[in-house]
Amino acid sequence: MVEFLRYRDDEAHDEPAVTLDSFFGQSNATAVRIESGEDARALLPYLDRIALVEVSFPSFRDGRGYSTARILREAGYQGELRAQGDVLVDQIPLMRRCGFDSFAPNAPIDEATLEAALNRYDFRYQAAADPIVPVWKLRHG
Amino acid sequence: MKLLTGNDLPTGDVVWWTGEGWSRHVAEAADVGDKGDLIAATEAAARRVNVPYVIDAEATPEGPRPAHIKDRIRALGPTVRTDLTLKPADPQAGSWVI
Amino acid sequence: MYKYDEYDASIVAARVEEFRDQVQRRLAGHLTEDQFKPLRLMNGLYLQLHAYMLRVAVPYGTLDSRQMHMLAHIARKYDRGYGHFTTRQNLQYNWIKLEDAPDILAELATVEMHAIQTSGNCIRNISSDQFAGAAADEITDPRPWAELLRQWSSFHPEFSYLPRKFKIAVIASDSDRAAMRLHDIGIQIVRNDAGELGARIYAGGGMGRTPMIAHLIKDFVPFADFVSYLEACLRVYNRHGRRDNIYKARIKILIHALGAEEYARQVEEEFQAVKALGIDPPQAEFDRIAAYFAPPPFEADAVDTVDRSDPDFAVWLDQNVHAHKAPGYAVVTISLKPIGGIPGDASADQIDAMADLAQRYSFDELRVTHAQNIVLPHVRKADLYAVWTALREAGLAEANLDLISDIIACPGLDYCSLANARSIPLAQKISERFGDPARQRDLGELKLKISGCINACGHHHAGHIGILGVDRKGTENYQLLLGGSGAEDVSLADITGPGFSEDGVVDAIERATDVYVRERTPGERFVDTYRRIGMAPFKEAIYG
Repeated sequence: MVEFLRYRDDEAHDEPAVTLDSFFGQSNATAVRIESGEDARALLPYLDRIALVEVSFPSFRDGRGYSTARILREAGYQGELRAQGDVLVDQIPLMRRCGFDSFAPNAPIDEATLEAALNRYDFRYQAAADPIVPVWKLRHG
Repeated sequence: MKLLTGNDLPTGDVVWWTGEGWSRHVAEAADVGDKGDLIAATEAAARRVNVPYVIDAEATPEGPRPAHIKDRIRALGPTVRTDLTLKPADPQAGSWVI
Repeated sequence: MYKYDEYDASIVAARVEEFRDQVQRRLAGHLTEDQFKPLRLMNGLYLQLHAYMLRVAVPYGTLDSRQMHMLAHIARKYDRGYGHFTTRQNLQYNWIKLEDAPDILAELATVEMHAIQTSGNCIRNISSDQFAGAAADEITDPRPWAELLRQWSSFHPEFSYLPRKFKIAVIASDSDRAAMRLHDIGIQIVRNDAGELGARIYAGGGMGRTPMIAHLIKDFVPFADFVSYLEACLRVYNRHGRRDNIYKARIKILIHALGAEEYARQVEEEFQAVKALGIDPPQAEFDRIAAYFAPPPFEADAVDTVDRSDPDFAVWLDQNVHAHKAPGYAVVTISLKPIGGIPGDASADQIDAMADLAQRYSFDELRVTHAQNIVLPHVRKADLYAVWTALREAGLAEANLDLISDIIACPGLDYCSLANARSIPLAQKISERFGDPARQRDLGELKLKISGCINACGHHHAGHIGILGVDRKGTENYQLLLGGSGAEDVSLADITGPGFSEDGVVDAIERATDVYVRERTPGERFVDTYRRIGMAPFKEAIYG
């Protein structure tokens, strides 16, 4: 069982993430936490100075964080994007597709189950924030 | 009286707490008094039942009769397909529900 | 119709194994019911009153005889010998065991079927016009667009945990046979001035406890922008739809709060961002899909007349058979509404019989309608009598399409854990009361729709006559509504007044139809008369 997952090669960022409000008042912060429902686009002007964005999942049913992640990746954010909170093993493959590359779940995750879940599908229908080539592109080159 | 009911996890069958275990037949259901939630928590955690809940019922000579029509339909089966109920040979079984 | 290639097959096969793994984890106790519930729902598996219920997707309501036979096989092997066709063109089984569900999905996969996203807070099965590819009035077949959306929406990583379920319908004619404007997003395929096909987008419709008619938000989206535009529609909803109250979480509430113009503006803004991502499939992909929906090889010299000498056949012909775009062909609707029967239910033998007829007489195609009937879309006029004869033998020749006994009814409290009242016994009583064929035909088109709770699966808001079952202090009670429509003349029904007992509501309906018979002018349907004279005369007759 693992309590933290990280799919990045760079050094882990250890500065604690600050709230969106304090981030704007603190010109040197490099880690920020977005609560569910906060607007990720407010961060877009500052992306090049941010090393970690932590997106909160207060409940696994609250899917706003998936859009938050994609918006940040679509805007070119390259830093660590962490899903924190009620993150369940069956959601991590979807979260990976939306651009999350680290996970701090409330409850530990079984590694074998996760491994199976991540490798389950050979093909995906849509393009998302990951490098996976969608089926329509495979069909037409 | 209070009954504890739920569904069997692997099959989904409607089940009733008998005091010792789970039965498909409401006639075998036991009055759980104020212990329903406690039994429900233990039994659900052990996966001997799924989504258990406590209901009100009336004691009758034929056995417990759930207070709400929903649970009487659960206890017997669909009123529009008596052949699929627990009493397929009894065409009057539906009158117990209504 | 669409056929899976290696990619589709691989994805559906992986889904079967994924669900098998999830079921095993639940049975082994690694998942709580609370955690498992959204996973099973996203695979159409509910826990209902008597057992688990499995809802099998019939994408845009189209299936072939092999798939139909599989539905019969599953009904026999894993259920209790029947299935229920739903108001979203799907089929559900009422007596499924959780431990069997993975095997059922594996069997479905062998005929290119699945239960993906037939429930849950995700994009549901895409629905469409049951006459697609056959209707004389369509400008194109809407199903390639629907199939494109099926693929786009399947396991969409961003939109699998939406605020609430999300239903999309696609049509391509001005006649609306799919209740398009009562969907979260309704799409009408249209031609622009340059003659190109594109999508007209309506958003924010729905039934449920707060019924609303979808607003036009974009007049024309070309194919090249189609997926991007929908991605933008969904993203605005996913980000801003309410999550604090399950009853206010549908997109209709968001659009009502924002105003359709503001929602459209936000979608436009989001679209600008999304369009740059290159997520739209190329025209070649549309063409690849569309090729599967090419018209079947109709006989150019098919006889265009029908022998009407059998009077019973002629009645059925006039009621259940529609014009086809190809000369010499017709569209047959098989009523699953026998008088006194259970709306939408079909036995395994009947399902097999319909499959055989499709194979023999309809280029191997069947459709499910949102009114819970089955369509044979491409029947030679010369074969209509043989089809009718076979249907009669199978107990499927009720000549009541769109008449008062062609009732839409949800499963209601006989099966559904959400229901407050039973729907089916009421449907049975109404169809028996009005069962006389001449009387039904005299009342003409009269769409009667029954829901057993405010979730409105029985489309009561869209009924010319609608009925809503409620729980009044532990007793079933039925509210009567008049004047709704799910068709191109879309409207929401009005409540007549206080509710009735089961028998009382049947009497009230009879009093309402008496008002219609008294007040109608030539050619007027029930709903037309209601619209002309208003509620007052009906109310007076009903409550007197």
